[in-house]
Amino acid sequence: MRSKSYGDKASLGLKLGAIGTLLFLHVPLWVIFLYSFTTDESTYSFPLPGLTTKWFGVALQRTDLWDALKLSLQVASLATVAALILGTLAAAAVYRSNFFGRDAVSFLLVLPIALPGIVTGIALRSAIGSLEIPFSFWTIIIGHATFCVVVVYNNVLARFRRMQSSQIEASMDLGANSFQTFRYIVLPNIATALLAGGMLAFALSFDEVIVTTFTAGQQSTLPIWIFSQLVRPRDRPVTNVVATIVILITFLPIFFAQKISAESSDTEGETK
Amino acid sequence: MNRLSTYFYKRPALVTLLLLSIPMLYMLVVYLGSLFALLLNSFYYLEEFTGLVVKEFTLSTYAQLFKPTNLGIFGRTAGMAMAVTIMDALIAFPLAYYIAKFASPRLRTYLYIAVTLPLWSSYLVRVYAWKLILSKEGILSWFVHLFHLDSALDILLALPGVGGSSLSLSPIGMFIAFCYIWLPYMIVPIQTALERVPKSLLEASSDLGAKPSQTFRNVILPLAFPGVIAGSIFTFSLTLGDFIVPQSLGNSRFFIGQAVYSHQGTSGNIPLAAAFTMGPVVIMVVYLLIARKLGAFDAL
Repeated sequence: MRSKSYGDKASLGLKLGAIGTLLFLHVPLWVIFLYSFTTDESTYSFPLPGLTTKWFGVALQRTDLWDALKLSLQVASLATVAALILGTLAAAAVYRSNFFGRDAVSFLLVLPIALPGIVTGIALRSAIGSLEIPFSFWTIIIGHATFCVVVVYNNVLARFRRMQSSQIEASMDLGANSFQTFRYIVLPNIATALLAGGMLAFALSFDEVIVTTFTAGQQSTLPIWIFSQLVRPRDRPVTNVVATIVILITFLPIFFAQKISAESSDTEGETK
Repeated sequence: MNRLSTYFYKRPALVTLLLLSIPMLYMLVVYLGSLFALLLNSFYYLEEFTGLVVKEFTLSTYAQLFKPTNLGIFGRTAGMAMAVTIMDALIAFPLAYYIAKFASPRLRTYLYIAVTLPLWSSYLVRVYAWKLILSKEGILSWFVHLFHLDSALDILLALPGVGGSSLSLSPIGMFIAFCYIWLPYMIVPIQTALERVPKSLLEASSDLGAKPSQTFRNVILPLAFPGVIAGSIFTFSLTLGDFIVPQSLGNSRFFIGQAVYSHQGTSGNIPLAAAFTMGPVVIMVVYLLIARKLGAFDAL
């Protein structure tokens, strides 16, 4: 007779450990929500001296915040478009044929995310600086596109691999040319992968600060604004509100991307 | 249109080349080109009197890395990265183990989202949360006071090397924030590694008379190890290159990221900044080689 079979039920200690880790992951985010309602202007005192919603109104009036938000949205949109084009092209090429150096392509695309952000940042800065290109809106986008490509690439390539190639053959057999086949067969097939990859790329760019500090000139994206407040807190209550809003803004695309991925059982794109 | 289509159809290699050319051109020129420029810069030097970068080959910039202050920066950063990695492995294990071996498929999906969601919420905002929590008048101090542990906290903060005026301005505070921020990167690979352990293996172990604790130590832990190594690649590398956390929660003692940031910024010493970044790059290459030997890439 064998001894008590292994692991039918989790022990109490394990459950407590798991719950503890989950709380550690999530409680800090709740704290931010809580602080966005504090009446305290100059410190982070706890318990909160009182509750108010006035800081949301104050934050809405701040033009520097609106400018930063606008810049971040513009940068993220354009970086996402660039990533969608470059990532899809690369995925299509890698899927189509088994050429020499295919692994090198994947490796090159992953590199900007695998190396510490500071390496990408200083590398771009020294290159842009030595070419004497002024740091601007466009240099921020060039930087962001390098590390956004890989999430689109992963999502689209995973989708290509699950697509029935017989569909393409059938389309061609029925007389459609390559362009029609792409338009009516391939594109609808990869549409949700593009959407999911695009949203992840958007979130990645919207939140990026390390590479941005090196590739931005005088511009201030929203993360750069928050970073300046982290180092030298001047507008504490406004920062609390901004932090809360940023959590909400980044959660939405991720939530939808997860949903889309889950519905099409594609989880390849979720490694950051 | 049809003729163009046929033309391309007959030349699949040309199509692949065309598809590949634009993304590869971008990555090779912009990204690899920049990395190459960085490498090149690290062999130049800054003329002290003029403050200008002299474009002549020299190893003197690298030699500066071996000054005691700079070696201290490398040691401090690597030490922090190691401490964070070990701590994260310890905190991540129970949850990863629970998800992989005990959660129902439905609960598993929810827990997976619960683990990865913080990863996607803003990184800066998550650092900011710890600024709120760790500050002198903040939540943690309030709890410490509630449980009459003030003197213990004072002793902790008085420790040389890791202490500071408050938790939000000390290496201990940075350590907590780093552990928090990179934790999901450790949980996911460990979970993946554990999910691959077949149930039959565990049954075999108990059939052969092993107690649950023996099975855990002799079967589960060794099989989970590649997952821990895979997770450690992230926690280690990300800690090495970060300058947001040290800048926000640390004291005046620099980490690699801050050194790079300040050398390129105020003094315009891009050669030294470039040489500094070669530190984490070399450390990570060595680390990845060791990790591959230990089978970490199979667990990714």
